[in-house]
Amino acid sequence: MPSSWLFALVGGALIGAAGSLLFLTHGRIAGISGVLGSLLPPVARDRGWRIAFMGGLLAVGLIGGLVSPTMIGASVRSLPIVIVAGLLVGFGTRMGSGCTSGHGVCGLSRLSVRSLVAVATFMTTGAVTASLVGGAL
Amino acid sequence: MTAVATCGRRCAMMSIVLAAASGALFGVGLLISGMTQPAKVVGFLDVTGAWDPSLAFVIGGAITVYSVLFRLTGRRSDPWLDLKFHLPTRNDVDLSLIAGAAVFGIGWGLGGLCPGPGLVAAASGSLPALAFVAAMIVGMLVQHRTPALAPDHHFGRSPPGGAVSRVAGGAG
Repeated sequence: MPSSWLFALVGGALIGAAGSLLFLTHGRIAGISGVLGSLLPPVARDRGWRIAFMGGLLAVGLIGGLVSPTMIGASVRSLPIVIVAGLLVGFGTRMGSGCTSGHGVCGLSRLSVRSLVAVATFMTTGAVTASLVGGAL
Repeated sequence: MTAVATCGRRCAMMSIVLAAASGALFGVGLLISGMTQPAKVVGFLDVTGAWDPSLAFVIGGAITVYSVLFRLTGRRSDPWLDLKFHLPTRNDVDLSLIAGAAVFGIGWGLGGLCPGPGLVAAASGSLPALAFVAAMIVGMLVQHRTPALAPDHHFGRSPPGGAVSRVAGGAG
């Protein structure tokens, strides 16, 4: 469906612009798992911009949920599976030094070899998992 | 010491406002792109069913914009509000990177949420997303407390170096 491709493209461009803004102003990589993870113990010393970034992200979620609830999709899994997924995402992103944003957007753009390996790995395991599980859970 | 420290309260305020603006713009992009809809994400990752390729355009659009603006910014000697750029410097592909990314991918394929969209969806009040984020934070804390696996870029340690701070790990 072309319109969903267009939304994806525009949304992606905005994500790229947001990451670029953070790099221009703060010289930081906009990796969500890193920004959040560094606010958890042991807490990074430079908390201010991290808290502000998270605040902006969460505020948009709050407003978006009120303005256009359909943009927040329903869960496709039962609650126990969602919790397992969250545990794996939290543990894995910290162990692997990044997620879709830090490795996928910023790292690939920087032509980082580590990020290329990480993205190839999580796309593969993500695709295998989603394909095996399908609508089963 | 940062540039914020050298230009006082006004810069500190600018730092907060611009970081918040960046986070907000990031959130808007996630909402528009469809990344906050687990069904779309699973539809993209599940290549056996009716494959939905649209999310490939998210990463395509993001990389196109970021790679251009990142390079333009990189011509500067420093960012607006700090004395130096903070870039990851490791280029060794180690087991932690691969195993961590593999575990993350399994969780992503299972729930259809990665960290950013999970946070945005949780902030909207979605109960499953709140449970996802709570579990994600627990997963992060467990990882931090596993000494052999703990991220080695903690923190505030500024290794000596030029204009670019070398922060190991921490791409995302």
